[in-house]
Amino acid sequence: MATTESAENVVIRFAGDSGDGMQLVGGQFTRTTALFGNDLATFPDFPAEIRAPAGTREGVSGFQIHFADHDIYTPGDETDALVAMNAAALVTNLARLREGALIIVNTDGFGPADLSKARLDSDPLEDAALLAPFRVVKASITTLTRGAVEPLGLSTKEADRCKNLFALGMVYWVYSRPLEPTEAWLGEKFSKKAQILEANLAALRAGRNYAQTLELFQDTYSVPPAKFEKGRYRMITGNRALAIGLATAAQKTGQNLFYGSYPITPASDILHALAPFKNYGVTTFQAEDEIAAVCAAIGASYGGSLGVTGTSGPGVALKGEAIGLAVMAELPLVVICVQRGGPSTGLPTKTEQADLLQALYGRNGEAPVAVIAPTSPADCFMAAVQAVRFAVEGMVPCFLLSDGYIGNGTEPWQLPDLDAIPDIEPGFRTDPEGFEPYMRDPDTLRRPWVVPGTPDMQHRIGGLEKQDGTGNVSYDPTNHQHMCELRAEKVKRLQRLIPPTEIHGDPDGLLVVSWGGTWGAVRSGVDAVRKEGQRIGMIHLRHLNPLPTDLGDILARYDRVLVPELNLGQLARVLRQEFLVDARSFCKIQGQPFLTREVAAAIREEIAR
Amino acid sequence: MSAQYKKKDFMSDQLVRWCPGCGDYAILSQVQTALAELGRPPHEVAVISGIGCSSRFPYYMNTYGFHTLHGRAPAFATGLKLARPELSVWVITGDGDALSIGGNHLIHLLRRNVDLNVLLFNNRIYGLTKGQYSPTSEVGKKTKSSPMGSLDAPFNPLEVALGAGATYVARSVDIFTKHLKSQLVDAEAHRGTSFVEIYQNCNIFNDGAFTAFTEKAVRDDRVLYMEPGKPLVWGATTRYGLAIQGLDFKAIEITDEEDPRVLRHDPSNKILAHFLARLDGSDGMPVPVGLFYRQARPTYDSAFADQVAEARQKLGNGDLASLIDAGDTWEV
Repeated sequence: MATTESAENVVIRFAGDSGDGMQLVGGQFTRTTALFGNDLATFPDFPAEIRAPAGTREGVSGFQIHFADHDIYTPGDETDALVAMNAAALVTNLARLREGALIIVNTDGFGPADLSKARLDSDPLEDAALLAPFRVVKASITTLTRGAVEPLGLSTKEADRCKNLFALGMVYWVYSRPLEPTEAWLGEKFSKKAQILEANLAALRAGRNYAQTLELFQDTYSVPPAKFEKGRYRMITGNRALAIGLATAAQKTGQNLFYGSYPITPASDILHALAPFKNYGVTTFQAEDEIAAVCAAIGASYGGSLGVTGTSGPGVALKGEAIGLAVMAELPLVVICVQRGGPSTGLPTKTEQADLLQALYGRNGEAPVAVIAPTSPADCFMAAVQAVRFAVEGMVPCFLLSDGYIGNGTEPWQLPDLDAIPDIEPGFRTDPEGFEPYMRDPDTLRRPWVVPGTPDMQHRIGGLEKQDGTGNVSYDPTNHQHMCELRAEKVKRLQRLIPPTEIHGDPDGLLVVSWGGTWGAVRSGVDAVRKEGQRIGMIHLRHLNPLPTDLGDILARYDRVLVPELNLGQLARVLRQEFLVDARSFCKIQGQPFLTREVAAAIREEIAR
Repeated sequence: MSAQYKKKDFMSDQLVRWCPGCGDYAILSQVQTALAELGRPPHEVAVISGIGCSSRFPYYMNTYGFHTLHGRAPAFATGLKLARPELSVWVITGDGDALSIGGNHLIHLLRRNVDLNVLLFNNRIYGLTKGQYSPTSEVGKKTKSSPMGSLDAPFNPLEVALGAGATYVARSVDIFTKHLKSQLVDAEAHRGTSFVEIYQNCNIFNDGAFTAFTEKAVRDDRVLYMEPGKPLVWGATTRYGLAIQGLDFKAIEITDEEDPRVLRHDPSNKILAHFLARLDGSDGMPVPVGLFYRQARPTYDSAFADQVAEARQKLGNGDLASLIDAGDTWEV
């Protein structure tokens, strides 16, 4: 007789062929779990190819979700339950499983052809030693699905496309989740395809009933809701939160936002999200290439719109010259870089943090820009609003350094109080009296933004060095030095917009510094080792340029500084150069986010050193 | 036409720094004259350029101006026009800027048909980098970078423009001042991307590139001034007309300007435009100047604005609160 156990937190991984709909069922489980009230974090992990050869190891698409009755910061280290739709999905994911983990396998994905495509000489399901540490539930999911939808008269191909929902139905039963949210979602998605709708519903219910009736599972689990701060919540991906943040910034500025972009993984979803926002003052322009995308955005900024371009690392490399022009012309520009594995084409669908130095320095000449990195999927919203604010208040490009993990990952988002977000003042100048194009606000060093079409204020800007004040072309040696220093100082003064740095943990001992999407894993790692009685403080940097004013003092208070990063030590290099501090790196560059235990081990090692 | 503005209203206070004798001076003068004649206030005009001798142009205009990146002026101008459709936007570019480093942006601008004017100053040489062959230089051109002669076949800018789907294609010459001015006025009147190739003499690195047909003594014998609806005829003393022979042109001597064998110019005929664009003055044929092709087609910027208007009409002005509070929400 099965019993229902209560669990604090669970990590499930759905794995199958990239055509098997694993991202879809992962998304559905996430949605249902969010509505139930668990805290959660997700990690979609899929190949770069749209349909890598079916059944191969390279074609395995995975979706991991970590959900809990308490605050969690990562999608989880080890998997408690794996759904494996074929042989390749099983063997490529075994290493992620904890001892005692539940595996639900689709035995129909283990035929001779499947084994051959997965480069297996023998059937792993027959390998008792291999599977001994786990609880394996075998089900011929493909056959059962065909049976369940048979009365509907679908083709075999159509019937087989429902097997992911059969598997989802099984998982829903194991984790005591209701079917209703997914049933409602299917009803909307297939409102005009009654037969497909019925088939999907039949598969989902059949999967659940199969799991329940056959008592294949020793236990089922229930993860009680987490305690959230009071408020309204929804699930959000980083890329979508970023798009909504840009729309918000447009309204807070009272100007149209112009998004110039060229399709690139993993940033394209921002373009997709913004394209339907035309009635929110957001326009999108799919350019002929990365260079045209940023140039059109700068052209729009010149015209008084908020020019934004979005891309990934390879696109930033192409946009460098234009970003330098925006520095020189002192026009606002937001450059979104959703980082992925590099160099070159690298690992397009995998995450990495190796574009920090490119964002800071990747241009010819002395070309300082502001750089902000969101902390999590939900934080992309506020980071986007801030990036626009920095760009407008500094009349300067501002990078928004997201990454594939944040961009595609989901988490609950507490809906913001829009009225609490201050307006962004574009400060258009329309008064010709005493006007010079490069005259400056004495405090912020910002030059005026003048929209072409404004009477009696015609002027010329461009990439040649400008004389401060008049904006005339100048080759004067001392003016050039003055302007280089001034442009740097203008960016530095954006420190006024950065709040004090929050220290988590202890005020002395080891300081662990994180930035961007590694926040969750680093915080979990820090907390784990602090529980062992070690003195550790942690700070998280959202602002990479300018750096917070209090950072130097904080670094000086600790004996040691450790910087975990998904690169070969880029932030550590910046901290060493800026503050002469012996910051040590913990580097991982595998296209995968940090696991909590990896960070914890690095902290223990640093303390023991 | 308004007499409200004069040429000097479009002249900036900056010292013009092209080489003495450069064809750019004449073009600058005609652009300023044309804009005065068009009657657009200087603050409603934006001049966007790339990099090269010609691209210094905005500094000398008392309009809004942006001297941008090599080859990228069409992209900046597109962004500006989409943000401020009410402006009169002029892209100033050269043969290297538009057809070499910026080739991609040019063809995409033309296919989109953004409502602005492209003035391509073609001197068939790189001037600002001191005399290398350009994408319009003739094969075998001897320059510092091609001491034994250049190897690459040149682009014909007009054929590039027609091939890219341009809706307005014309040509004039720096020293044909009246022709140039009226061509510029006509270009501005066209809704869509108006592409005007201007033969421009670089008297330092490629002097006399066009003298074979632009010198006063030979001009009327070698240049075909095309006018919509008029016969395609030329010649100072002996008069010639363009007639069809098989799938090509032939030049025929005429005594009657209305000779029925002579083709009449029809700028809406793209096939005719392609044929005319290929005439280069060789084999007894003339060099045509004037309007080659014009097509009425919706502009990108108006279609872009229409979609925004349609979205606002159908969905109302976007309400952020409902955008945020969407999908599956829950209350804690």
